[in-house]
Amino acid sequence: MPKLSQEAVQKINFTLNGEAETGMAEPRMLLSDFLRNVMGVTGCHVGCEHGVCGACTVQIDGKAQRSCLTLAVQVEGRAVDTVESLTGRENPLSDLQQNFKTHHGLQCGYCTPGILMSASEYLEKNPDPSEAEVRDMLSGHLCRCTGYAGIVNAIMATAKERQENKSEKSTAG
Amino acid sequence: MKPRKFDLVRAETTAEALAALSEAGGEAKIFAGGQSLMAMMNLRLLEPSVLIDISQISELSYIKEAGDKLEIGAAVTQVELLSWPGLADRLPLLHQAIPHLGHFQTRNRGTICGSLSHSDPSSELPLCLATLGGEVVLQSVRGERVLSAANFQLGMMTTAKADDELIVAARYPFKKPGEGFAFTEVAQRRGDFAIVAVAAVASGDTFRLGVGGVADKPTVRNWTNLADENLDDELNAFAWELKGSDDIHATARYRRELVRRLGRRVIEEAKACRS
Repeated sequence: MPKLSQEAVQKINFTLNGEAETGMAEPRMLLSDFLRNVMGVTGCHVGCEHGVCGACTVQIDGKAQRSCLTLAVQVEGRAVDTVESLTGRENPLSDLQQNFKTHHGLQCGYCTPGILMSASEYLEKNPDPSEAEVRDMLSGHLCRCTGYAGIVNAIMATAKERQENKSEKSTAG
Repeated sequence: MKPRKFDLVRAETTAEALAALSEAGGEAKIFAGGQSLMAMMNLRLLEPSVLIDISQISELSYIKEAGDKLEIGAAVTQVELLSWPGLADRLPLLHQAIPHLGHFQTRNRGTICGSLSHSDPSSELPLCLATLGGEVVLQSVRGERVLSAANFQLGMMTTAKADDELIVAARYPFKKPGEGFAFTEVAQRRGDFAIVAVAAVASGDTFRLGVGGVADKPTVRNWTNLADENLDDELNAFAWELKGSDDIHATARYRRELVRRLGRRVIEEAKACRS
């Protein structure tokens, strides 16, 4: 049974945005601080640090979770995706991000990475959500700029486009 | 906003977790999903010197039928229970209540037994356990005991669990033929702590109402053969007996009004969906 002393700095092997990585952290280090300060992934934003605001939301094994309520050592062997995973080198923005831009889904942008990581998991699970469902999903995030309308529109537009692309493909095929 | 230093035990079996709990002698906290615990540790409301992570214990990650109840292991997350295929038909109250519990991002990590252990008076899972008459399975190096919901939760964030005990499972009774269920709550925002949460079970001429968020723990009342014209008086008396108090979220008077109104609403809904 692994027992980690409070002073012991542990080696953490995990997958970060698709690449195998290693970092060092003591048991008390939060995943949010580990990602930002050790791994240099500053797209993970830190807001309230007690699980309320949602800014630090990342995906662990594909599930959106609060990185401020997770210990760094707990991602040993797991796959962590931050907002940096959404953009490939070829395409500057994903369709979801492009829609946030088009529909004014952000102003200051502080809450945006967390919302994108929640929304991208959510749209995988529920590809054709109602507006009420999207608003329910967004209840786990605080945004003080937009009033949420632009965010809801961006997510709804992304879902609609993906549904249309899928039906085009299926009729073409 | 960072936790103080602690030793971390990453238990791989229940026996290891129990041994570590026993050894720590009351200094340890169990860490399953951490959705309440880590927040309290970040705020330094809790400063355990040992943390025992049970989230990797595969023998605690199960959902199984145990007679007339569903048994949920301590490592099962709220989203895993919500995805259990029989939930809507066999445990309709939980199916209605879990979406009110935090947000999908916290349900992805938060556990069922962790919420019961935390025993917040306004929390949905302890309210459902009390209303359905469920039970909690506790283990320690000394052995195992099973406590009913009423004997488990003693007060605000206080349970009968001893320092060396681990909640290894919770058992929620399945719907019986002829029963109807309803749940609702009022919170300032979706996913916030409920100001008042209510759960109702109706069967034949009997119905039961559980109320959370008012007293220091979920409180359940049963009625049999009650005429509808007497229901408002009964709910009013119940609302006063709960002895709610004023806080920054709501006044005691507002809470009583919610008990009266939401109570009637869920009782009527539960009666209407008896099947």
